[in-house]
Amino acid sequence: MKITVDQDKCCGAGSCVLAAPDVFDQRDEDGVVVLLDPEPAEHLRAAVREAADVCPTAAIALTERD
Amino acid sequence: MTSTLDPTGETDETSENGESTAEAPEYPMPRARGCPFDPPPELRDLQREGPLTRVRLWDGSTPWLVTRYADQRAVLSDRRVSADMTHPSYPRQAPGGNATLSFIGMDDPEHARLRRMVGSAFAVKRVEAMRPMVRRIVDGAVDDLLDGPNPADLVEGFALPVPSLVICELLDVPYADHGFFQSNSKTIINRDTTPAQRDEAFRRLAEYLGGLVASKVENPGDDLLSRLARKVGSGELTIRQATETAVLLLIAGHETTANMIALGTLLLLRHPDQLALLRDSDDPTVATRAVEEMLRYLTITHGGRRRVALEDMEIAGRRVRAGEGLVLPNEIANRDPEAFPDPDRLDITREARHHVAFGFGVHQCLGQPLARLELEVVYRTLYRRAPGLRLATDFENIPFKHDGFVYGVYELPVAW
Repeated sequence: MKITVDQDKCCGAGSCVLAAPDVFDQRDEDGVVVLLDPEPAEHLRAAVREAADVCPTAAIALTERD
Repeated sequence: MTSTLDPTGETDETSENGESTAEAPEYPMPRARGCPFDPPPELRDLQREGPLTRVRLWDGSTPWLVTRYADQRAVLSDRRVSADMTHPSYPRQAPGGNATLSFIGMDDPEHARLRRMVGSAFAVKRVEAMRPMVRRIVDGAVDDLLDGPNPADLVEGFALPVPSLVICELLDVPYADHGFFQSNSKTIINRDTTPAQRDEAFRRLAEYLGGLVASKVENPGDDLLSRLARKVGSGELTIRQATETAVLLLIAGHETTANMIALGTLLLLRHPDQLALLRDSDDPTVATRAVEEMLRYLTITHGGRRRVALEDMEIAGRRVRAGEGLVLPNEIANRDPEAFPDPDRLDITREARHHVAFGFGVHQCLGQPLARLELEVVYRTLYRRAPGLRLATDFENIPFKHDGFVYGVYELPVAW
């Protein structure tokens, strides 16, 4: 799995951090998404899929490729 | 005579002209008697019949009602729809008034600019760092409740103080003024308030918070109002913009959470098995899940999200024209069986985090991490420390906020 985030689309709701705190964080200055781990390990992937699903602005894109 | 709906649930072409919009049902619809936790039955019927229908608002306008979960998410995250409250076709909740709710009623890029100025304060990990403070406030509020007269009104005695104390701490607003800002907030979010009354309540809150912001331009601290004050100092915000943001944060920061505490407690008292499950578990994830399910089940922001289509677009296979209004009642999307199996059953163990109780799209609630934290701490604390908590009146006597933009109870007499 490969993750990309679009910081321009992000509204800083934080749903992704709630779902997968090891993979996503938020910028100190404005709460916009920061990607900590663009290629997360297997055990994190279900949480990442949930993060992408609950993102209110579709700012998280996933490529499944294994 | 042509019907708006044919048996397949498709709206026919005549709804494009005035003829069948005359049959559009009035919105908002009443909840059923005796079912105060459920959305209006008419909304349920409309959701079953088809994805899109015209409704008639207080001013005679006939925007589209979007009832299904997937369609609401699609519309609310679509950049071709606007939340601009000054748009002439914006489906207004109530008669006019000049008050604006800061970035809630704006589109990007100005919406994003203003929202991001306060975004960091509500970042998930930043909010998590507030847990000790929230715990202290909740423990103190439970102490006060249990040391006070028994029975008591849970709204005044607990549900309002907790989020008010938290937002006061975050904004550095003196809690001693809570009577003032709570009563003005109440006026603003009451659906039956006249435009003049609403403007006056806004004016008072703006004058009060504007004064606090101005004093922090001179003497800034670590709080959120000081953050806004610094933006005024740097020229990024006008004092008026900073004040409008402050008003929004103060109102949104206490009214919604207070209603989730009081109405949520009533819901649990009516579902003793679910209350026992929550109260008797040592697993903290039980409360975390319960918060999501209760947000879904109650969806207290029951005014219907309001938008305007800026371009001709398709919604659920139907053509919506530029300039047409859209109303999206989140409470019925959160009962959509396509998204939540057996949606009318309260089940605090279910996975419900994908609910739209906080809305969806760029306007989704900014304060949701703080709301979640407060509710989790309250739900984990109150029922354990008051295991005998019970209603001190008949259920039928409880006054519900049918007339508010935010749903809840006006008072909740409890004993323990």
